[in-house]
Amino acid sequence: MATQSPSFPDRPANLEEDFERDLHTEHQILNMGPSHPATHGTVKFLIELDGESIVNLDIQVGYLHRGFEKECESGTWYQAIPYTDRLNYNSAILANIGYCLAVEKLLGIETPERCQWLRVMSGEISRVADHLTRCGAACLELAAMTPFLYGIQARELCWDLMEMLCGARVTSNYIRIGGVKHDMSPDFPPTAHDFIAQIRKLLVDFDDVITSNRIFVDRLKHTGVISKEDCIRYAVTGPMLRSAGVGLDVRKTEPYLVYEELDFDIPIGEVGDNYDRYLVCVEEMHQSLRIVEQCLDRLGKLGPGPVNVDDPRVRWPAKGKVFNRMEELIAQFKSVTEGPLVPEGEGYFAIESANGELGFYLVSDGSAVPVKVRCRPPSFVNLAPMGAMLKGALLADLIPTFDFLNMIGGECDR
Amino acid sequence: MDDFGSSALRCLIGELPEAVARTHAQLGDATAVVEPGRIRDVMRFLRDEVNFDMLMDLTAVDYLGRTPRFEVVYHLYSTKLNERVRIKAPVAEETAEIPSLTELFASANWMEREVFDLYGIRFEGHPDLRRILLYDEFEGHPLRKDYPKERRQPLVGPRN
Repeated sequence: MATQSPSFPDRPANLEEDFERDLHTEHQILNMGPSHPATHGTVKFLIELDGESIVNLDIQVGYLHRGFEKECESGTWYQAIPYTDRLNYNSAILANIGYCLAVEKLLGIETPERCQWLRVMSGEISRVADHLTRCGAACLELAAMTPFLYGIQARELCWDLMEMLCGARVTSNYIRIGGVKHDMSPDFPPTAHDFIAQIRKLLVDFDDVITSNRIFVDRLKHTGVISKEDCIRYAVTGPMLRSAGVGLDVRKTEPYLVYEELDFDIPIGEVGDNYDRYLVCVEEMHQSLRIVEQCLDRLGKLGPGPVNVDDPRVRWPAKGKVFNRMEELIAQFKSVTEGPLVPEGEGYFAIESANGELGFYLVSDGSAVPVKVRCRPPSFVNLAPMGAMLKGALLADLIPTFDFLNMIGGECDR
Repeated sequence: MDDFGSSALRCLIGELPEAVARTHAQLGDATAVVEPGRIRDVMRFLRDEVNFDMLMDLTAVDYLGRTPRFEVVYHLYSTKLNERVRIKAPVAEETAEIPSLTELFASANWMEREVFDLYGIRFEGHPDLRRILLYDEFEGHPLRKDYPKERRQPLVGPRN
């Protein structure tokens, strides 16, 4: 008897195709956020899912919008500095520096050398704190508690240094238009050297548990990939751009403050995936620590000197004179009540913050109140391509990708 | 018109002189004020011919009392030349509209939504012009100078 497969009249040509059709799958809409335990940052994702794959991703930002620009445009130039602290809570000093440098550009002020070294030093400590938060929190959200604690312990050291420098840990408010609040104390340099050694040790521990960890590597490699060309189309900057292989860093391309005199390298990645972003951030921390050490050396060699520009338009007269002399008392009264007058004009100044290019575009009409304070937020611009990056990816890839974009709600939503 | 030593301004004045109203380089920032209707031509030229490949920033300024009232401000950066240029386009209050740059620069998408949200300037040709930082029921555009800072917004119930 010849063997013949039984024939069914209704049997379709392709079994597999029919199997899928019979499942009646339909796309599911998932609301993730605005407050989700696996994201650090208040943002809502409206995700259209096909099984576990992302079909469409709408990122809804704005939950932390506090009207930064409106507030800045209704106070004096000085009153905007504390608001800039609250843009990026991890690296408040960098936002301070960006804003003050932009105002100084309008005023045509050059700050004293000691002030510039202090600014670079405090800014680089902030950058380390920012990258530590990014890498530490990413581990936590991928369910690894230990490296998070190493990262946060190191960040505590950074914030202890901040506290020693300016009295505040997070919202430092250290930079002033035309200077800094005050010089560092004499016991700051030895403490800083000690803490830098401790941070380096913690970074080694961090590296030991994470960098070649199978689970971590599998979750990060080839996820959240963005190409060089797309980075440029989306105006992505910072570690995200550098991990895609473009070595652009405002500190090198348009050096401000004293970055030209410093010896540091710009790490770049190859593929532009999350793992490259992780490696770039870790290397940037090492480079920043190198910069802090160079600044400490240089500050020691410079010796005591003025940290504020000698310009009565922006800096107050010395306290001793204010209390004993009429002219200086009047000058201080006018400075405090009216604020500095900034000449009419417009200017854009960009610095390299921990997330990328942080720019301030300021317009003045010559009065004490700004016409326009625009902050070009790297978090906001870098978040825009995320929807395109994750199309077709698994839902689980969203978590590490969002972590390594390091969207900071305060800066993104302003 | 002077090009102030900026290659972007020099090429722009040479190629599209009728689109450029005036130029300046205050504080070292090369700036061109262009006709709003020609903004796409200007940007396409700068991107394709002069290598200004990154639209770094896009914002608007409200000069209340001046005509035209608004100015949309673009900051371009060239990764190849390591140079920046600022392009400004005046926008009248009545129309409050300017062509969108989303087809030229992907970064324009969110930044134009932000300007629409906070200034109420419409970007003609934008594929998805929704509010981005504020919610749909928000009344008015808060960065306009005639929007009082203390103004209260009506309470909005839960939405599905």
